[in-house]
Amino acid sequence: MRLPQAQGWLLLALVASAVLSWFTPSFNPYFLDVAMSCGINITLAVSLNLINGYTGQFSLGHAGFMAVGAYTAAMLTTAASSWLLPMLGGQTGLLFLVALVAGGLVAALAGMLVGVPSLRLKGDYLAIVTLGFGEIIRVILQNIDAVGGPRGLIGIPDYTNLFATFALVSVTVYAIWAMIHSTYGRGFIAVADDEIAAEAMGINSTRYKIRAFVVGAFYAGVAGGVYAHFKSYIAPQGFGFDKSIEIVVMVILGGMGNMPGVIIAAVLLTILSETLRQFGDFRMILYSLLIIVLMIARPQGLFRLRRNQAGR
Amino acid sequence: MTEFLQQLVNGLSLGAIYALIALGYTMVYGVLRFINFAHSDVFMVGAFAGYYIGRQLPPETLGGGLVALVGGMLACALLGVVIEKLAYRPLRGRSTLTVLITAIGVSLLLQNLGQRVFGANPRSFPQLFPSHEFHFDGMVISSAQLAVFIVTLLLLFALRWIVMSTRIGTAMRALSFNPTAASLVGINNDFVISCTFALGSALAGAGGILYALNYPSIDPLMGTLPGLKAFVAAVLGGIGNIPGAAAGGLLLGLIETVVVALGGSTYRDAVAFGVLILILLLRPGGLLGRLQTEKV
Repeated sequence: MRLPQAQGWLLLALVASAVLSWFTPSFNPYFLDVAMSCGINITLAVSLNLINGYTGQFSLGHAGFMAVGAYTAAMLTTAASSWLLPMLGGQTGLLFLVALVAGGLVAALAGMLVGVPSLRLKGDYLAIVTLGFGEIIRVILQNIDAVGGPRGLIGIPDYTNLFATFALVSVTVYAIWAMIHSTYGRGFIAVADDEIAAEAMGINSTRYKIRAFVVGAFYAGVAGGVYAHFKSYIAPQGFGFDKSIEIVVMVILGGMGNMPGVIIAAVLLTILSETLRQFGDFRMILYSLLIIVLMIARPQGLFRLRRNQAGR
Repeated sequence: MTEFLQQLVNGLSLGAIYALIALGYTMVYGVLRFINFAHSDVFMVGAFAGYYIGRQLPPETLGGGLVALVGGMLACALLGVVIEKLAYRPLRGRSTLTVLITAIGVSLLLQNLGQRVFGANPRSFPQLFPSHEFHFDGMVISSAQLAVFIVTLLLLFALRWIVMSTRIGTAMRALSFNPTAASLVGINNDFVISCTFALGSALAGAGGILYALNYPSIDPLMGTLPGLKAFVAAVLGGIGNIPGAAAGGLLLGLIETVVVALGGSTYRDAVAFGVLILILLLRPGGLLGRLQTEKV
């Protein structure tokens, strides 16, 4: 698929989500709820796929980036809206957009902070550092009283609609797809395949790793903002290790570095966890068994037939 | 001064527990080169094993306490061997990341099975050893803290003896040096790995019971934070290095206690990760470890 064609797809997806959003009132609210959860999870999984899949790093703190974005965006539309809204001509849509982008940017900054230690760390160490980072974010949020501390933030306006969710999905998928398939973007895959060989070919692996973290964190942050304005309530506990694991499982199930697979896995797991909700803690038992069995039987993910399909 | 000594004792007793858990991380890392995420949940199972065994025994007796301790250690050793056989052995030779993700899966499985089997509500841990408070000059040492010091010290010496002076210990060291060469000279790698898991898990089990004695409320998720901190301790001392893990554990316990004493108790869980990030940036090999250069 060449780029102009991909841009066509992006446009089509944006128009389609706008048209679909028009019919929102006629949809079953439960179905709508699940569809928006799917959209948010797709964005999270695709952005994590850039870090864990294409670039071959291992981040266990994706929920942390999501939290940063969610809190930033939510603060802008609640506490800061009194002066921000008049500045934007009273348009709530514009305010929402500004809040989302700001949330993404702050999360990207956090991504850079995590990306920097990743220059020196590999595999399991990096996993622990990102995990620790996610926990640190959670602890800090719990200790800031201005954002509600452990009680969380309530009364966030519910700006998120079907269009916002699926526009975000389309943009994220397009941006990461286009980046990976550009000449520059092959560097990510090269770093994942063999870092030493990539270095020998003149690829600055450090810069690629940081960039992967920054871009991945940006989209996770935006997704966090969309999530906050979807649920109207966020609390630090919602962005803990469990959430990070959930996103990681989506990426693993879909196959690391396999974008269509990851999207399908995100949708499947969202629906699965919705249907399993009535079984309570069996859900996590199933998740953990799924991880173990997948890693032993199909480490390349459910949907990938060959290894290294990513760049083709 | 008394205050300082008291905090020192508290920090060391917390650190000794971290050290016990950290040893398991370090030993497994030494032979298999991966972080056994499930180790923190073996620690949890140890505490619950101690709870169930301890309930059958007369409380507050030295003999009963020792039986519970040894029983918990045996249960954990068994669990460690089973985990290794079922989850990690099929992955021998695969990439670190694959094994790491599996370990996370095992950890989550143990936690959630624990919530199913033991129930999600915290339980109060029985006082296994005779409880008594020793007063020195205004300083208070509880018998639970004393148990931590004595048991940790004994286990450390036992471990050192096993690793340095027995055939199986020699085999472990050989395996961590070079697995291929070890199997060439006739060492049964799988058996040695099983033994390593058994030893490390038994130490975690002891750690779990000692932790529960000092903080007598146990639940299936109790392992996560002490486990992560013990991992930080292992990295702090240089992962793969047994004296390093012990030193790192004690040091981390002290740092945490100092931070809490200075009034940062809400940040006590973030401290360990701050230490981890600092040590990885400044001295990635750990305090006592050596950094291995990568060969192409």
